[in-house]
Amino acid sequence: MSHNAFITREEIDPEDSGVLDGQRVAVKDNISTNGVRTTCGSAMLSEYVPPYDATVVSRLKDAGATITGKTNMDEFGMGTTTETSHFGPTTNPVDDERVPGGSSGGSAAAVAAGDVDLALGSDTGGSVRCPAAFCGVVGIKPTYGLVSRYGLVAYANSLEQIGPLAPTVKEAASLLDVISGPDERDATTREVGGETTYADAANGDVSGLTVGVLSELVDGADEGVAAAFEETISALESQGAEVHEVSLDSLSHAVAAYYVIAMSEASSNLARFDGVRYGISGATDEGYEGNWNDAFARSREAGFGPEVKRRILLGTYALSAGYHDKYYKKAQDARAWIKRDFDDALADADVLASPTMPVLPPKLGESLDDPLQLYLMDANTVPVNLADLPAISVPAGTADGLPVGAQFIGPAFGEEQVIRAASAVE
Amino acid sequence: MSSESVDPETVAHVADLARVDLEADERERFAAQFEDVFNYFETLDEVPEVESEPDLVNVLRPDEVGESLSQDEALRNAPATEDGYFEGPPVG
Repeated sequence: MSHNAFITREEIDPEDSGVLDGQRVAVKDNISTNGVRTTCGSAMLSEYVPPYDATVVSRLKDAGATITGKTNMDEFGMGTTTETSHFGPTTNPVDDERVPGGSSGGSAAAVAAGDVDLALGSDTGGSVRCPAAFCGVVGIKPTYGLVSRYGLVAYANSLEQIGPLAPTVKEAASLLDVISGPDERDATTREVGGETTYADAANGDVSGLTVGVLSELVDGADEGVAAAFEETISALESQGAEVHEVSLDSLSHAVAAYYVIAMSEASSNLARFDGVRYGISGATDEGYEGNWNDAFARSREAGFGPEVKRRILLGTYALSAGYHDKYYKKAQDARAWIKRDFDDALADADVLASPTMPVLPPKLGESLDDPLQLYLMDANTVPVNLADLPAISVPAGTADGLPVGAQFIGPAFGEEQVIRAASAVE
Repeated sequence: MSSESVDPETVAHVADLARVDLEADERERFAAQFEDVFNYFETLDEVPEVESEPDLVNVLRPDEVGESLSQDEALRNAPATEDGYFEGPPVG
């Protein structure tokens, strides 16, 4: 069963020897690979072949990894189920009638099915953690600035990070060791993360670790999900963790703030797709008709699917005259508020915890018709991106036979803490 | 809570600003969906003004000549080229 996890299957050989010798790694198809097409799950880029490698791809090759293909994803990362891909949906290896989550659904499915040892995804509002939770694997969203975004096709650049997916916490952490660290080609990377030993933090020792449970995010979860999560937290407590509840007023505004910011950034970032330097041309057989605006609008109608058009238009609307203060400025206020709430909560706890997703993986086709309902599924993951913090999703039992993920959130550049907490759950 | 009403003409106007052609049925469908989304965004009205002082500073350095793509590589993905340049639609 292929699960349609890959858009392109093509082997890219390692260039050196290192900690990933012999490891097969899948790479999400919005991460540039020199000479191997990189589609972003979109018709617009179905024939686009990058002339350079993303920094994370160079680091994989230098560490001895063999890249075995480019994985399926929601178009330009815009979705939570991998159903908005131009190349058809990926199915969940745990249950083929269900979605794998998204947008890095192909990467998570490839790991869950054993097609690869490890995978890279990207996480703008939960796109690594959601499919990790739905497919029963581990996914890490690094602190903003820990991993270079050079060569990642931008969707919402103030929010996104590339992150690892793997069967275990230790393997995910060792992949993070390889890809993290400063890069002169991404000015938002910091002078940290070069010489890390995240894998050593996966030691299962939570004795004395303080865990703040985000009560709003547990209350909003389905009964079965909440029950599996609470059992996980009790198990941590019996291993010596100190658990307390945390309530953050700002969290109820996270989804609205996230979508305003992400869509606004998308409307600007995706303006580059005009069918001139790459993508689908707006010319007809008779050449260009009308002026350049007409040609660009035709290129973009042909190249983008409905969800991408929806987000570009909503972002354009939110930034347009008369609405900027009402939506974009308020969303930035909400972002600052959420950041402050997290900082305060993390002053009293080593990590914060919640279910990764409030729901179990939906069936294919079940959630596509109502965009707003789909956006609300991201309630537990988007606050982390707004606050620039690191988080991990780790398998935490099942409900109705389907995987449940637990999410641990740490302070900025506190990857070790979330890795340690998650390793005690396994 | 005030509610935002979105009609297909508004969608057409925004689509024009964003340079995306839409079919008539897509304008209709988007209008209804946008109304739901914007009514949800109205909840941001309750967010207090928050002082945030991001620790950002401008970091400038002199330009340096480094490696870059060759002209061939840069043009490789273009649908149409002429004499080593991108061929684009007419201006105006």
